[in-house]
Amino acid sequence: MIADENLLELARDWKQAGKKVALATVVSTWGSSPRPAGSQLVVDETGAMMGSVSGGCIEGAVVREAREVMDGAAPKLLEFGVTNEQAWEVGLACGGKVQVWVEAVE
Amino acid sequence: MKLALLDALEAARKAKRQVCLVRLLDQGGTEALVVDGQQTEGAPLPEDVLEAARAALREDRSKTGDTSAGKAFLQVFNPPLRMIIVGAVHITQSLAPMAELAGYEVTVVDPRRAFATDQRFPNTRVTQEWPDEALEQLAPDRRTAVIALVHDPKLDDPALDVALKSDAFYIAALGSKKNAAARQERLQALGHDPATTARIRGPAGLPIGAVSPAEIAISVLAECTRVLRQGA
Repeated sequence: MIADENLLELARDWKQAGKKVALATVVSTWGSSPRPAGSQLVVDETGAMMGSVSGGCIEGAVVREAREVMDGAAPKLLEFGVTNEQAWEVGLACGGKVQVWVEAVE
Repeated sequence: MKLALLDALEAARKAKRQVCLVRLLDQGGTEALVVDGQQTEGAPLPEDVLEAARAALREDRSKTGDTSAGKAFLQVFNPPLRMIIVGAVHITQSLAPMAELAGYEVTVVDPRRAFATDQRFPNTRVTQEWPDEALEQLAPDRRTAVIALVHDPKLDDPALDVALKSDAFYIAALGSKKNAAARQERLQALGHDPATTARIRGPAGLPIGAVSPAEIAISVLAECTRVLRQGA
């Protein structure tokens, strides 16, 4: 396990090792969301990930977006919550809502 | 995020500075760094964004705020939490790695050579200095916990004496209620008033019926977490 504080260092290490790397960060939360603002998930092009942006509910969808961003898509703000079931097939079982910023490390 | 910015961020964190990473979410995620209250990287930020970054650092909480530059995500990287454990005892062998997992930078202080060995603490920083000297050098701040586990006033008291003069957020000592009362009196005799010595939590830890050294470590770390997150 890696402490939250060390995830950026890991992102840098992966990037410097020649991998494609994206970073997902919780930027806002409402209600009983599992991880506070500032929580991060580091993803590489193989889908390897470290850290978390939820209790495991939305990581799959975030990784999919992260791979698009590391392939050149613009950074984007994702929103997950129980009210958003039509937009996303994944939601938070806890009933909270989170916004996640996904960007590439370049 | 640009690799150069990531490098600057990591360098500032290694130097134990207070760092706020600013992302202007309505402007494609434009990035800037605010270090110890001053902007060091990125295009100049409007004054109200800078002020919001300073406030987030003070509150030690990352958040998104509405600013004159639109939505700004302020990600706070304060220097790490620290835990100073006096006594390289059996409980410490559990507490030190648990606290490291919880994000603390741990230092174990014990001048007794038989206890403070690398073999007993393969991955933890251990110092064999006298507790008062070690504590003065480590200079506990409001993000530091000081825990005395020796059970011997000769070693525990000098450490607690220094801790009480600091802003350490959690100060605790092992021992029975009777020992804890005697400890309060001894530290008052050193010149601390009762309100100050009352900062020492003793017996250390939450009452969860802990028996083994690892269980006692859980109870101490749990109490330390409660004080950190809930203030009491």
